[in-house]
Amino acid sequence: MAEFLFEILSEEIPARMQVRAGADLQKLMVAGLTKAGLTVENIRVLTGPRRLTFVADLPVRSPDVTDIRKGPRVGSPERALEGFLKAAGLSDISEAETRTDPKKGEYYVAVIQNSGQDTRAILQALIPDVMANFPWPKSMKSGGSNFRWVRPLRGLLVLFQMEVVHLEVGGITSSNTTIGHRRHGPGPYAVSTFENYRSQLEQAGHVMLSHEDRKAVILSNASELCADKGLELVEDEGLLNEVAGLTEWPVVLFGDMDADFLNLPDEVIRLTLKSHQKTFTVRDPKTGKLAAHYIIVANQIAPDGGEAIKAGNGKVISARLSDAVFFQTEDAKKNLIDYYEKLDTVVFHKKLGTIKDKAERVAALARDLAAKVDADPDLAEQAAKLAKCDLVTQTVIEATSLQGQIGRLMFEREGGNASVATAIEEHYKPQGPSDDVPTDPVAIAVALADKLDTLVGFWAIDEKPTGSKDPFALRRAALGVVRIILENDVRISLIDVTIKHLIQLKMQLSQNKAATGWADSKSRTDSRENTVVIQKLLVEIDTLKTLLDGSPSREFENSDVVLVIPSLLTFILDRLKVYLRDQGMGHDIIDAALTEGQDDLVAIVNRVNALQSFLSTPEGEDLLAGYKRAANILKAEAKKGELPSGAANRPSDEQGAALFDALTAAKPAISKALESEDYAKALTSLAGLRIPIDAFFTDTQIISDDTAVKDNNLRLLGMISDTSRQIADFEAIQG
Amino acid sequence: MTAETKKPSSFQGLILTLQAYWAEQGCVILQPFDTEVGAGTLHPATVLRSLGPKPWNCAYVQPSRRPADGRYGENPNRLQHYYQFQVIMKPNPENLQELYLGSLDAIGIDRDLHDIRFVEDDWENPTVGAWGLGWEVWCDGMEVSQYTYFQQVGGQDLDLVSGELTYGLERLAMYVFDVDNVYDLPYNDHGVSYGDVFHRNEVEQSTYNFEHSDVEKIRARFEFAEAECKALLALDNPLPLPAYEHALKASHLFNMLDARGVVSPTQRQEYIKRVRNLAKGSAEAYAASEKTSAEIEGAA
Repeated sequence: MAEFLFEILSEEIPARMQVRAGADLQKLMVAGLTKAGLTVENIRVLTGPRRLTFVADLPVRSPDVTDIRKGPRVGSPERALEGFLKAAGLSDISEAETRTDPKKGEYYVAVIQNSGQDTRAILQALIPDVMANFPWPKSMKSGGSNFRWVRPLRGLLVLFQMEVVHLEVGGITSSNTTIGHRRHGPGPYAVSTFENYRSQLEQAGHVMLSHEDRKAVILSNASELCADKGLELVEDEGLLNEVAGLTEWPVVLFGDMDADFLNLPDEVIRLTLKSHQKTFTVRDPKTGKLAAHYIIVANQIAPDGGEAIKAGNGKVISARLSDAVFFQTEDAKKNLIDYYEKLDTVVFHKKLGTIKDKAERVAALARDLAAKVDADPDLAEQAAKLAKCDLVTQTVIEATSLQGQIGRLMFEREGGNASVATAIEEHYKPQGPSDDVPTDPVAIAVALADKLDTLVGFWAIDEKPTGSKDPFALRRAALGVVRIILENDVRISLIDVTIKHLIQLKMQLSQNKAATGWADSKSRTDSRENTVVIQKLLVEIDTLKTLLDGSPSREFENSDVVLVIPSLLTFILDRLKVYLRDQGMGHDIIDAALTEGQDDLVAIVNRVNALQSFLSTPEGEDLLAGYKRAANILKAEAKKGELPSGAANRPSDEQGAALFDALTAAKPAISKALESEDYAKALTSLAGLRIPIDAFFTDTQIISDDTAVKDNNLRLLGMISDTSRQIADFEAIQG
Repeated sequence: MTAETKKPSSFQGLILTLQAYWAEQGCVILQPFDTEVGAGTLHPATVLRSLGPKPWNCAYVQPSRRPADGRYGENPNRLQHYYQFQVIMKPNPENLQELYLGSLDAIGIDRDLHDIRFVEDDWENPTVGAWGLGWEVWCDGMEVSQYTYFQQVGGQDLDLVSGELTYGLERLAMYVFDVDNVYDLPYNDHGVSYGDVFHRNEVEQSTYNFEHSDVEKIRARFEFAEAECKALLALDNPLPLPAYEHALKASHLFNMLDARGVVSPTQRQEYIKRVRNLAKGSAEAYAASEKTSAEIEGAA
């Protein structure tokens, strides 16, 4: 084994791409080397602002490989022999060897010796290939070259066995030299080994090669600087990663700001310092509040101890925070609700009106939902109207990620209701599978209403997600609906809620001239026309309800409600399935419990849970076996001809009569239990059928020669199936 | 590499230093373009000259007009008329980063004392169908330049990549001369301030842009500029240079309307699309003619 050292030098690589690029380089190099037959040991990858470095130990040659190809039997026709010679690359059959096999007899083999390759040659072919196909998120050309890299390529250091591996990529010729930090040790440095490379760069060159080393240095120096002043660093892993990607020689400096800025909300200060200036905030451990200081991470040791760098950064930070103060002061001249009208100037979606239109819809829906979540309807409506108001404040226009937080702060300062304040901030939640779900009733109502409005709206204008495209984050909204409902035990009929909301939406948009596209082109719609809209929708609702139970009627196939609601419900239920699967539920159990027309997510989940635990008991397993046996016999008979119709009579034999009695008794008991949503009880009643079913199968000849007896038995089996399916679709369960 | 020059101590000194520095690197020094533009990049010497296979190095000062940014001369950093210094080198030389850093030395930024950083910032200008990769250059946390390697202009891949540098002159000067209010900047070394030169212009132009511009006439002028641009592009032998000027006029007229707050969100999208079609059309026509002339030269 010998050492291979490979450094790609370029102009500044975006900080967010460096670590990933290191992993990609390792993956591609190792895959290529392994494919060429080399073992790769002692792998190291280092990344920084201007370089990616890959180091490993490699054998000097790839091993010789003997390839044995079987050919035709000795004495095979000429044609077969020719084909074999051609495929094996032999010129005459005398070059082949013969082998003997007890079954096949004597046959030809071609023994091909592939001698190994010089590692140097492998590298010469591999490196240009890896670099030409490197998966940068964005890459560019430079000058007149067609080669693409993340930024212009500046150097290639390629050494194997301490000697240059000669190659050229993108107009750059490989060498044994590299360069160091621009100010502190530009070099160039001639390199022999990795140790030599590392020590030259990390000493004279002032380049800390490892991302992790730089992070560690920044973190410990920053923490120490803060501790010296009796303060505490506000840690931020994302920012730490970023500054470690922006520095070759990180130097931590302690900066000051005017204490007056501390009147700004912490969120505003933190965001300003982090996103604009890439500086860390500092807090006072005694009060937990931000301190009038920050941590700058510079890329060099300045002869004045960093005073000029601190002063420069301080000036920019002060200007930025002054802007923030200005915006805050401007914003605070009005109450939050005073921004409501201005929401009409911001388009939510051109076919769904302005943000104000949305807020009005959400307010109406939140008011309706309030009763279902034990929230005060007035507060829910108020919170929904206020929830979007901060979007047109200057602070949020400047820093969108503060949406919700600024609204809450403003409303709190006005002395507004605490639940409403919480709802203003939390109505955006949950933002993803791991984000918190709102728990305050008012927040639940508004968060749910906001997401349902988004879903109904985009479904109404037929902007559904397709494949990986989900520009309006509708999957996230639907998962949000699922989680809010389940984690707060909210009992609603999604069909009722979404239909009603769809009507609201259509009425609003048909009146609203701002919304083009979907609504009528007439600029005004009088109340008579509204009545027509409502009447039409009411008819559609009735149709839909029948439709969800029974077969679709052609007449209504194209009506809006029919097109929108079932598809939306399916979409939400799909999110529910994903959610339950993530919780460890079997997909077959979920499918079994999700019988048609169900739209109460809490009920569905109760059913899934009851079914899951029932099926893990011996009774459950036996009952499932009984059900399957009955269903299989019915299926087999159905193939032979029509199954007998009509109701079963009480059979004359003992087992049959017992089963009939049990089924007759179980059916109403199960229905009653289901009505009160007591799935456990329904399943217990069903479990009571296990013994009569087993006895029936054991002692009765079901397919009797007497047709009348046989038909009645089949009707009994049908009863088993129907009774079981009241609770769940056992057919779907894999058992 | 750079001649030993005196460090500038005024706004005009800064400009003169940058011009001298880039002239020495082989750049043609142009004078400002005489049609209003919203950004120095839009100068045809950058947008159009970056197209086609011919090398081109130039530098120029360009006033940018942003009617909506006017503050009646009352805001210390916001102006409706300000200057950018543009450098375009096509193809970008291998050492453009070093040349750029040399220009910072020339204007008196001591890179031992100040922390210069290249922070990812990709550039895109949909109006001219252009984008590139690059950085914003930070000096002690302040953005002092935009640095871009053009990849596409007028919706076309480029034969040669241009390196483009943009210095925001007022901001840079305020930093270098440690001045907090733009109007206090020394314009020259003889007691004339930036405010002496431009304050009245900011007040009057803001008043005009926000209060007195004739909306109907501006709309009509927009229509005219658009029609003229389209007509020039529809000729049997299109004239992309004058067509592009009309696209720029249309763009500025739209900005004037926007400053008056008479453009609704829907109309806004519509206007932007119209301007974009003009600019892109002109760039495409220019690229096509450059290609043809290069082929003719190549054949001859």
